[in-house]
Amino acid sequence: MGVLTTIFWFLVAIAGCLAAGWLFRTGAIAITPAGVKRELRTAPLTASFGMLMILLYILVAIFAPLIAPFPERAVVGTEYMPWNSVHLLGTDNLGRDMLSRLIFGARNTVGIAFATTLLAFLIGSVFGMLAATVGGWLDQGLSRLVDVLMAIPALIFALLLLTIFGTSILTLILVIAVIDSTRVYRLARSVALNIVVMDYIEAAKLRGEGLWRLITREILPNALAPLVAEFGLRFCFVFLAISALSFLGLGLQPPLADWGSMVKENATLISFGDITPLLPAGAIALLTVSVNFVVDWQLHRASGLKE
Amino acid sequence: MSPILIMIAKRLALGVLTLFIVSMLIFGATELLPGDFAEEFLGQSATPETVAAIRRQLGLDLPMHIRYGEWLGVLPGWTSVNAEGVVTGRCLGAGMTAAEAPTHCGILQGEFGDSLSNRRPVADLLGTRLGNTLFLALYAAAIAVPLSLMLGILAALFRNSVFDRVVNASALTSISFPEFFVAYILIFWLAGMGGAFPSMATIRPTTDFVDKLYMTFLPALTLTLVVTAHMMRMTRAAIINLLASPYIEMARLKGMSPMRVILRHALPNALAPIINVIALNLAYLITGVVVVEVVFVYPGLGQLMVDSVAARDMPVVQAVALIFAAAYVLLNLTADVLATLSNPRLVKRR
Amino acid sequence: MMKTPLFTGGVSRRGILKGASAIGGAAVLGPMGARMARAQPTRGGTLRIGVAHGSTTDSLDPGSWENDFTILLAHTRNNFLTEIAPDGSLVPEIAESWEASNGAREWVFTIRSGVQYHSGRTVTAEDVIASINHHRGEESTSAAKPIVEDIVELRADGMNVHVTLGSGNADFPFIMSDYHIPILPATDGTIDPQTTDGCGPYAIEELEMGVGARLVRHDGYWKSNTSWFDAVEITAIHDDAARQNALISGQLDYIDTVDLNTVHLLQRASGIQILSVTGTQHYGLPMDTRAAPFSDNNVRLALKYAIDRDQMVETVLNGYGAVGNDHPIGPGQRFFNTELPQKTLDPDRARHHLREAGMENLSVDIHLADAAFAGAIDAGVLFSETAAEAGIDLNVVREPNDGYWSNVWMQLPFTGTYWGGRPTEDWMFATAYSDGAAWNESYWSHERFNELLVAARAELDQELRREMYFEMQQLVSDEGGTIIPMFANYVGAHGDHLVRPDTVANNWRNDGHRIAERWWFA
Repeated sequence: MGVLTTIFWFLVAIAGCLAAGWLFRTGAIAITPAGVKRELRTAPLTASFGMLMILLYILVAIFAPLIAPFPERAVVGTEYMPWNSVHLLGTDNLGRDMLSRLIFGARNTVGIAFATTLLAFLIGSVFGMLAATVGGWLDQGLSRLVDVLMAIPALIFALLLLTIFGTSILTLILVIAVIDSTRVYRLARSVALNIVVMDYIEAAKLRGEGLWRLITREILPNALAPLVAEFGLRFCFVFLAISALSFLGLGLQPPLADWGSMVKENATLISFGDITPLLPAGAIALLTVSVNFVVDWQLHRASGLKE
Repeated sequence: MSPILIMIAKRLALGVLTLFIVSMLIFGATELLPGDFAEEFLGQSATPETVAAIRRQLGLDLPMHIRYGEWLGVLPGWTSVNAEGVVTGRCLGAGMTAAEAPTHCGILQGEFGDSLSNRRPVADLLGTRLGNTLFLALYAAAIAVPLSLMLGILAALFRNSVFDRVVNASALTSISFPEFFVAYILIFWLAGMGGAFPSMATIRPTTDFVDKLYMTFLPALTLTLVVTAHMMRMTRAAIINLLASPYIEMARLKGMSPMRVILRHALPNALAPIINVIALNLAYLITGVVVVEVVFVYPGLGQLMVDSVAARDMPVVQAVALIFAAAYVLLNLTADVLATLSNPRLVKRR
Repeated sequence: MMKTPLFTGGVSRRGILKGASAIGGAAVLGPMGARMARAQPTRGGTLRIGVAHGSTTDSLDPGSWENDFTILLAHTRNNFLTEIAPDGSLVPEIAESWEASNGAREWVFTIRSGVQYHSGRTVTAEDVIASINHHRGEESTSAAKPIVEDIVELRADGMNVHVTLGSGNADFPFIMSDYHIPILPATDGTIDPQTTDGCGPYAIEELEMGVGARLVRHDGYWKSNTSWFDAVEITAIHDDAARQNALISGQLDYIDTVDLNTVHLLQRASGIQILSVTGTQHYGLPMDTRAAPFSDNNVRLALKYAIDRDQMVETVLNGYGAVGNDHPIGPGQRFFNTELPQKTLDPDRARHHLREAGMENLSVDIHLADAAFAGAIDAGVLFSETAAEAGIDLNVVREPNDGYWSNVWMQLPFTGTYWGGRPTEDWMFATAYSDGAAWNESYWSHERFNELLVAARAELDQELRREMYFEMQQLVSDEGGTIIPMFANYVGAHGDHLVRPDTVANNWRNDGHRIAERWWFA
């Protein structure tokens, strides 16, 4: 019986999500200009739901101080209060309002993760495609450098760098971005390598197209699909990196709320069947899934498949 | 096939260079960390005299580049005579007289040296742990790689169907949970409260193979959940990316079944990025699992590395870093060779 | 990480000069304290212990022991010259008896005869001397070097060991119970620091540092009615959840540290007993009294009145502890000042002290890491919330755990610390509050306090001593540089099937780290 009930509610939840996605899509189509409208019509319900969620996260992040019932750092109750009408999701280990921490966490976590991922992709894909296109010593030099950096386990490398340079938000973003960019570099290079041997690239070269044009106009559009897919994953890896770092005693400065550290702070509760740590973890998961649903849709469009 | 062999030889040579640079980087970074071995060894109990005595006895008072040279084996190891006339030295093993000891004993001579903290040969310390780490990595890979390839191909085949969405969403959910949290959840379900599996994977060298598989099932499952999504999604994306190509179109028009199109025509050409991601994840399984080791009390290399960094135990840090780097270099090389073989155009390039 | 007891000089104190004397209070069992009717101990079983510490870089060298894994291993495998009994008194171990003369400068320890090592050898006076000498001398790299530094000469005479000290020290036999100084077999006057031999209750069968150890009962052990287990397995488990899960699922019998955040949930699990021991362990926030703004006592007082101690005990310790009053003497100790008013959160008073210091508001950084004590960051966050009410902007800076003790503690002006505590008032004050002491964390220098410290050490009139120690506690509390908001219990847990004795020692965790010798299976 228990299992059936669970499955039932699970299906209800999925149906609810799809309905929300449908409503969002219908609404969006109604109010957007014609060009966007056409694009949106192709969006499957999952992608619509993803977009809705991303929009919600962004709104929550921007308007956090207005939405949150309590301040981010204020101790407003005793520790681990159960869910009640004042503290909708109870309180954390210090007696801070869980819901407010989650809402402020959106701001810090999503902001940091987005900045980090963007930076990592900027560095990684530019150098990766440059290496693949130019080849020769530049390729060799960059690839060997990346090999060296990647040969050092990421977590231990981050541990070393953060211990040396301190754990301000800026260093955290830079360190994770640099380490992540090596992974992006490899992918970008290997995808671009498969493209530069194509005939149309040779043709473009013969036409005398400049390097920058070659990369942005010929290679990038064809390499975009795997890169976008990777972006969706890398984005969520940043939360995890922060979380793993806080597991090892580094991470964001208190009392800033971020989901990764919040999972860590409350994680032991799961051993006793208390679902508190599932809330921040769920927030991460929902965003990851949403982002990747949208990515999948774009990927599908980019592939040019008509079905 | 000779271009491939030349490439392998070249890459191996470059790999050695990579290891060399990694060792310099790690050495430098560990030196930059606040505090040295003597201070960390004594921790709160450090007094200036005992710190100085430790540095003197372990040759830590020498300048950084000399110590690196000794570790590498291009400079002769230090020796010192203490106030009581006892001779100690880097190359002076137990029960050796000063005359018998070699002058150089670094990596180039095949010596990893002794751990600074417990004076045991680093090779001893590494032995069983390296085996454990490889065992767990292979165990997890043996589940994760076939699983993710299969799911990826099926997801590409039934793209945008309910199956695709569900597989995708659950794989994504599983990787958006931090590793330690996945581990806690698995322990709660499968180990705690009368569950079937042990929550601690404290294997010993004497544990037999079947017991090992049983005891390390939860850590392997955790790692599987962590790496599957990445490989699965890359497989799916790489295949879908090719499905609009004219040659696939052609195959389809010839009336081939969708499964056959994917397996025979799309997959071989999508192999390069897939192999790449698999290699990355295998390297991760070997080098990046310290958190899982901690949660499951599994005696692997990650914990050794973190402990040694904390203690500034340079010979151990360097040895583990080299093993990790070598694992990465070799996997990477394998991936590149396979990718090249899968795309003949690359073989001929330049 | 444990601290090494450092002892700085001392003259005769009556109690300890000959035989045993009660020092410190007996263990107070915590919330789950009161326990079952006791059956006769029975032999057998393998005790499986999970320890929160232990590193792959640990060593067999006694001079390097510093964490709960190595210290527990030491007490399971070794014996010491003297032992601290569960009630806090000092009792003989390898030394059968001892006697002082010449104002406690000369000591004679009579070594128990017929004590066997695991290897079959017998303990001699020479072994004892070599075991102590390992920590002495210019080449010593031992963490215990400072506590044996005052020894001028060691001499064997049959089964007697004669010790000559540089200055009289009534606490010397006490120092010989220090965990760094196990008795080990000597060859040619020196011990092999890497030996696995010992003369304690269990012999090492398997040992992998940072992983675990297995020990089996030493049949030739000289004590009767102890060491009930056939074997002991100690496993290092750093992760709180992993340790607790292993206890719940029955893979362990005892864990030495419980995550205080979830102790209330663990307590509800069936078949689990919480062991909570109130001792002298306390958490502190030292300020550098030489550096502005902490050089002004008004600033220090403002901060002391801006912290909510009850909330700290409730939240950081989950109730498993007691409020502190900014001095390191615990309520169970002999000369605990019962008349000292307890400081409480008082934002108005804090503001008043700020104004006295000529400030309207104050902005300071506090540098913390969980390496300082479990929950240090949380404590800092709570502190900064209450400090804000008093117009103090306290900014919590999270420092890496790695390198905390060498890079942050005693290096930056406002940090966190913890002390396992010392069994005597003199020992504690001399270690961390006297002028010029190596671990004077707040660089506090108070003339009256330092005079009193020396005078009290020599004072034999208990009433006068009490007065002196009362005044010293008041001085440290009102003018000292360390905020001590809480005393933390040692909290462990074990399965119902494991029986603990009526009195559990409070000098360390794990029943004074002698759990393998003193406990048994039901």
